[in-house]
Amino acid sequence: MAEQEQKNPYRVLIGKPGLDGHDRGAKFIARALRDEGFEVIYTGIRRTAAEIAATAIQEDVNAVGLSSLSGAHLRLFPEVISELRMRGGEDIPVLGGGVIPVEDIQELLEAGLSAIFTSGTPAKDIICSFTEACRKHADGDTDQ
Amino acid sequence: MATPTSKEILAGLLRQDPRAIGRAISAVENNSASAADILSALDQEAIERILVLGITGPPGAGKSTLTSTIIRALRKEKKRVGIIAVDPSSPISGGAILGDRIRMMDHALDTDVVVRSMATRGRLGGLCASAGAAVRIMAAAGCETIIIETVGVGQSEMDIIRLADITLMILAPGFGDDIQAMKAGLLEVADFLVVNKSDLPGADALCMDMEQVFRDKQEKDGIHRVLQTVASENQGIDHLLAAIKALASHLEASGIKAERRHKAMDAETMDWVMELLRPQFIQAMTDKPGRQDPRIRAKELIHEFSTIQHDE
Repeated sequence: MAEQEQKNPYRVLIGKPGLDGHDRGAKFIARALRDEGFEVIYTGIRRTAAEIAATAIQEDVNAVGLSSLSGAHLRLFPEVISELRMRGGEDIPVLGGGVIPVEDIQELLEAGLSAIFTSGTPAKDIICSFTEACRKHADGDTDQ
Repeated sequence: MATPTSKEILAGLLRQDPRAIGRAISAVENNSASAADILSALDQEAIERILVLGITGPPGAGKSTLTSTIIRALRKEKKRVGIIAVDPSSPISGGAILGDRIRMMDHALDTDVVVRSMATRGRLGGLCASAGAAVRIMAAAGCETIIIETVGVGQSEMDIIRLADITLMILAPGFGDDIQAMKAGLLEVADFLVVNKSDLPGADALCMDMEQVFRDKQEKDGIHRVLQTVASENQGIDHLLAAIKALASHLEASGIKAERRHKAMDAETMDWVMELLRPQFIQAMTDKPGRQDPRIRAKELIHEFSTIQHDE
């Protein structure tokens, strides 16, 4: 408990952009992150990139996690990044996961995604990536 | 991106910039260096003008849905609204899932609806302090009505609700025993009892039951205190808002609002006293382990602490 008191919990947003309604994965990650001491803001299903970005800014999160199982990730994930940028949130890292073919991963990383997870990625690795992204973000913010 | 200075954040608040509002609240929530600068520079008059609503009730009664419909009604009147949605932190991991947003996403792109989710972070009353600061930050950023939404079960939630000028307790038919448990505590501090999901069987009986509890308050000022809504269908919201407005002007005119604010500020100050003293006492306990009765030991620690302060 003493450790928790010294360190402020990282805040992350888990969002589901687009039309797909399968949120088991998103909820699983949200719970796993909570169990690791993260404060997780969950937006629910079927959100636009703009809604997710605006929420991330209001909630002042350290990272955004996106889940997509519909195949629209190549359009939706980078859209969230550009919506964040438009709102002055270019410093907030975006991580993505879902049903994502291996050949799309490089393109997403080049588009600015910090990490991409597929159905085979162990939860431990996902949490590690979030911790890393949040730590980097919080360290850049000398006020925290 | 470079960290904005407290000056930049304050300028951002005046511009109603969402990023600045978010950062200012984080600064107080994390107790960071710039928090004091930000808080001391906030516009006091704006804070006095606003109305703070507390919405509480058992999980599943429809608090978030009702909050969302109230937001919609206030937005029709062109009011800028702030929402502080509180959810509990896990006592084990310290983490939290903040899910109240899901019901409020209709307003996600409305720049005049400022939402902030907050976890209780397991601090004794500490949340009261950061939620109070968040209210003042939102007021400084132009919000006219601010809603604090929290599950009404524990002591810390009761403390948060004390920050509100007017408290709404939300219930729904079929909660039976939960309501029994709450009668002693929250019902006493609530100004309004909202029976949500009132299209379900049992709503009338619940209303009659609650009318009894609220009869004294109702007779004092003639404002109807037990109201029925179906938040998901937008029913009963106009009535509810009219009653809230009537009570708000009554509280303002009678000086009760000022009195409540005064008490809330005292409670918040006390919170900060505890929050700021805590590390020193934890240190003192570690330095000098003791086995005597905790009450006696506490008195000794306080005695030692005040002698040191005195000598200095």
